[in-house]
Amino acid sequence: MQTRLTNFLTFYWRSFRLATWLGWQIESNWADPFLFAIYSLIKPLSSAAILVIMYSIITQANFDSPIFPYIYLGNAFYMYVGHVMTGVSWAVIDDREHYKTMKYIYTAPVHFPSYLLGRGVARFIIASISVVVTILFGVLFLKISIDLTQVNWAFFLLTVLTGVVMLALMGLTLAGIMLLLVHHMFGVGEAVAGALYLFSGAIFPLEVLPVYLRPIGFLMPITYWLELLRRLLVGKVASSFPTLQSFSNLQLFLILIVMTLFFAIFSIIVFHACEKRAKDLGLIDTITNY
Amino acid sequence: MATTVPILPKASAWKLFFKTVFARAYPRVVGQQREKSWMFFDIFLPILSIAAYVYVYRAIGAPEEYIGFVVMGGAMTAFWLNVLWSMSSQLYWEKEQGNLALYIMSPSSMMAILLGMALGGMLATLLRASVILFIGGWLFQVRFVVVDFWLLILVFFLTMTALYGLGMMSASLFLLLSREAWHLANLAQEPIYLISGFYFPVKNLGFWIALGASLIPLTMGLDAMRQLIFPSATQFGFLDVRIEVIGLAVLCIIFLLGARLLLNYMEKLAIQEGRLTESRR
Repeated sequence: MQTRLTNFLTFYWRSFRLATWLGWQIESNWADPFLFAIYSLIKPLSSAAILVIMYSIITQANFDSPIFPYIYLGNAFYMYVGHVMTGVSWAVIDDREHYKTMKYIYTAPVHFPSYLLGRGVARFIIASISVVVTILFGVLFLKISIDLTQVNWAFFLLTVLTGVVMLALMGLTLAGIMLLLVHHMFGVGEAVAGALYLFSGAIFPLEVLPVYLRPIGFLMPITYWLELLRRLLVGKVASSFPTLQSFSNLQLFLILIVMTLFFAIFSIIVFHACEKRAKDLGLIDTITNY
Repeated sequence: MATTVPILPKASAWKLFFKTVFARAYPRVVGQQREKSWMFFDIFLPILSIAAYVYVYRAIGAPEEYIGFVVMGGAMTAFWLNVLWSMSSQLYWEKEQGNLALYIMSPSSMMAILLGMALGGMLATLLRASVILFIGGWLFQVRFVVVDFWLLILVFFLTMTALYGLGMMSASLFLLLSREAWHLANLAQEPIYLISGFYFPVKNLGFWIALGASLIPLTMGLDAMRQLIFPSATQFGFLDVRIEVIGLAVLCIIFLLGARLLLNYMEKLAIQEGRLTESRR
C-alpha cells in the first residue's frame, strides 16, 4: 500500500518537475540572459509607472497618502495573478496550437494536471522577480515605507504561498475550460485576469466600485489575499480603508485558506469534467492554425 | 477531345497591386467580423482596463476630464494592439504557417500585401475602437465636445497613416525574427502605453521624453485628438494641434518611405540568410 502511494507521488512529482524544467526553457531560452532579464523587468515596471504617473499628476506627487501604497503594492502583487493563473492555462494553447505536441504529451506517461501546474512554475519565478524589483523600486524611490523588522515574514511567506497555490488551481480550472474551447481561447485567460484586476480591489478600494458590483469583489479570494499581503507589509496604512477593516489578519488568512480549499476541490472536478468532455469530442489535440 | 485552357490577359502592374491590396484587406475586414468571440474579447478587454484606470482616477479624486482621457486612450489601444500583433508581427505568423514563402514567390508586391493588411486592419479596428469609445463614454458618462470636426478627421487620418506606416516598416524588421518576435511584440505594450500617454496627458512626462515618444504616431495623435474632443484639454496638451498635424504629416512620409526601403532590404537579407522559411518554435 505504501509502495503504491510512493509510486503515485513519484509519478506526480516527476511530471511536475519535468514540466517545470520545460516551462523554464520555453520562457527563457529565446534570448540571452541579459535581454531576458530586461524583458522580464521592463513590462512590470512600465505598468507600475503608469499608475505612479497617474497618481502623481493628480496628487502633486503626494506619496505619503495611504492610498499610494495601497495602489502600488496591490498592482505589484497582482502580477502573480496574470503570470501564475494564465501561465498554467496558457500551456494548453502553447502545446496544442503552437508546438503541436499536445497529443504526444497526453499519451506519454505524464500526470497531465501536474504537468500543467509545472508549466506555471516558470511564470511564477519570473513574476516573483518582477514583484520584488517593483516593490524595491517603490521603497527606494517612491517612499513606500516597509519596516522590515515589523513584518511577520513567516506569515507573509505563508500567505504568498497560499495565494500562489490558489492562483495555480484557478489556472487549472481555466486550463480545463480551454481544453473545450477552440477558436476563442486566446482571450479567456486575459479576460479573467482583467476582470479580477477590476473587481478584486487590486488598485483601488472596493468602495470606489458601484454598490451593485462590490459583492463580486467579496466573492473573490484574491481580494482577501491582496489585502492581507498589504497589511503584512505596510501594517496600518493598508488597513485604513474600510473595505475589510472589520476582519483581523488571522480571519483574512482563514478566509483565504477556506477559499483555496474550495478551489482545490472545484478545480479538480471542473478539470476532470472538461477533460472527459474534450476526449469525448476529440478536442484534445485540435489544431485550428489561428 | 482536347480542352484548351483559356489564357488570361496579363494584369498590369497597378491592377495587380490594387487587386493584391484588396485581396489581403478582405480577410481582415470580413474574416475578423465572422469570429464573433474575437470581437467580444477585442472590445471587452480594453473596457476592463479602461474601467480599472477610471476607478483609480476616481479613488484619488481626479477631475472628470481625466476619465475622458482614459476612455479615449483605451479606445486607441485597439489600434496599437492591431499594429503590433496584426501588422508588425504578421510576417512572423505567416512564416510560422508557411504562407510567407508563397507571398514572396507570387508576382504580387510585398508592399501591396502590407498595405492590404494595414487598410483591412485599420477598418476592422476602427469598428472596435468606436464601440469601445461608445461603451466607455456611456458607462462613465464622458462628455465629448468636438471643437473642430474636420481638423479632428485630419488628425485621425494622419495618425492612422503614420501608425500603420510604422507597422509596415516594423513588419519588415520582424521578417528576420523568429521565436523572439512574439516576446518583442509583447514587450511593446505597457512601455508604449506609458511613454505615449494612453492614460494621462503625455505632457506630464516632460518635454524631451514626450518629444522622443512622439516618434510613435499615437503620442501626438492622441494628444491632438484629446485637445479637439475635450475643450479643457488644451491646458494639458503637449504641443499646439497645428504643430502636431505637421509632425504627424512628416511621420507619415518617413514611415511609408521607410517601409518601402526597409522591406526591400530586409527581404533581400532574409533570402540571402535563408530565413524566409525558417521556423524556430
